[in-house]
Amino acid sequence: MITGYPRADGRKGIRNIIVVAYLVECAHHVAREIVWPYRDQEVQLIGFPGCFPNAYAAKMMQRLTTHPNVGGVLLLSLGCEGFDKYSLRKAIKDSGRPVETLVIQASGGTRKTMEAGRAWVERTRKLLDEQERVPMDLDELVIGTICGGSDGTNGLTANPAIGRAFDLMTERDVACIFEETGELIGCEQHMATRAATPDLAREIVASVAKAAKYYAVLGHGSFAPGNADGGLTTLEEKSMGAYAKSGASEIVGLIKPGDIPPSGGLYLLDVVPDGDVRFGFPNISDNAEIAELIACGSHIILFATGRGSVVGSAISPVIKVCANPVTYRKLEEDMDVDAGAILEGRRTLDQVGQEIFDLTESVAGGTATKSEALGHAEFILTYKSFEPIGPSCLPRAS
Amino acid sequence: MANSDPAPAHDSRLLLLRPEDNVVCVCTNLTAGDMVSIDDREIAVPEDAAVGFKLARRDLAPGDKVLKYGAPIGSVTRPIAKGAVVHTHNLKSDYLPTYTLTGDTRFLEAAP
Repeated sequence: MITGYPRADGRKGIRNIIVVAYLVECAHHVAREIVWPYRDQEVQLIGFPGCFPNAYAAKMMQRLTTHPNVGGVLLLSLGCEGFDKYSLRKAIKDSGRPVETLVIQASGGTRKTMEAGRAWVERTRKLLDEQERVPMDLDELVIGTICGGSDGTNGLTANPAIGRAFDLMTERDVACIFEETGELIGCEQHMATRAATPDLAREIVASVAKAAKYYAVLGHGSFAPGNADGGLTTLEEKSMGAYAKSGASEIVGLIKPGDIPPSGGLYLLDVVPDGDVRFGFPNISDNAEIAELIACGSHIILFATGRGSVVGSAISPVIKVCANPVTYRKLEEDMDVDAGAILEGRRTLDQVGQEIFDLTESVAGGTATKSEALGHAEFILTYKSFEPIGPSCLPRAS
Repeated sequence: MANSDPAPAHDSRLLLLRPEDNVVCVCTNLTAGDMVSIDDREIAVPEDAAVGFKLARRDLAPGDKVLKYGAPIGSVTRPIAKGAVVHTHNLKSDYLPTYTLTGDTRFLEAAP
């Protein structure tokens, strides 16, 4: 049975993390030093490095610090940065969570701020550890999926197996999110046939066209050298494999980073910025996408990898589904699921899909994933800009 | 499409995803000279092919579309013999070029 920590907004968290968030790179060191002694006690570091304000970053930080897996928040400000620490603090306070802001320039500098921060973390950890888990239904979960460090096996094993797990989840009204429209180039017409309404189908096709245009301006697709080393030849080949993660369910909505699914079902997350190409690549590495899936409320991330990514994430556990049987044998300590067994005839796609589904339930109940146990809690957030989604993107909510 | 059970292959080390595909996927590391069966014809693999790579199911000519998952994944740039590895040296994207590490150090030498 799943259990979770009840939050004031009605959602439930499967972890009870204290987040220490720096609001500019200048406060990063102090924040990291505060976290370090408690890093094995569900205290994690996130932050935004820029000094210039950005609406996307503000929304992301607000969604992340009020994520159901987060129990309390310590904000670290240098004092003069552009981030609106007052609005963020108010949003966290209004969500019923303990929150404190430490301003380094007003707290006597590095050492005194570190001491004050650690004292707050210790007090708050004790407070949060007294909270009890309550029963939680499967349909209260939000699950995100990503592939990274992909190779030619991703589209044969891990990705379609996650697709099977997603089908099992959407049947039970779990909200499931797949993403990276830049890695779905070439799949847009097929996705359109799965959309709940014709208007949503048009929005999906437009979102992929936007991604294709954006990446063409940058002159570089979402494709790393290691993808080719692993047998993937072209972007469209990678897309076909990536698309398999979405399973076969109807697509009920198109959301953008920080939009929380209003109901169960399958959602496409549009991660490519709107308007002119600004601020560089849409997602500079896998953890930027993971942070966006988490900002949409994802409790757990299903991560398909063939080459062998080892990352986890701050806030939400990452389940590593290894696509390549050779990689699995090399990196077994980092991998939760051996989907490459399908290629060697040891398992079927349906068996691995069921295993991912069962493991998701177990992790939701408190079992640590491999990356969690190894202390992985990566996080990255950079500049972007988005327009809000239109009414046809969530046909069932309107 | 991508999310269907793989079709049964003639050779368990190879996987044909869709009947219309003109490549098969490699399921286990193959070494040059290994004999494989592609559409019931015995053929020696001309070069090493690691798990996740693709072999041509028939002779392919420049301009041909390569089909995998039943979908075009790019265009052939050089003649490919049946059984040969299909990769960046003979197949290109119809969307964006594929970036690989070349070991080219010119940008380092340009620094003062």
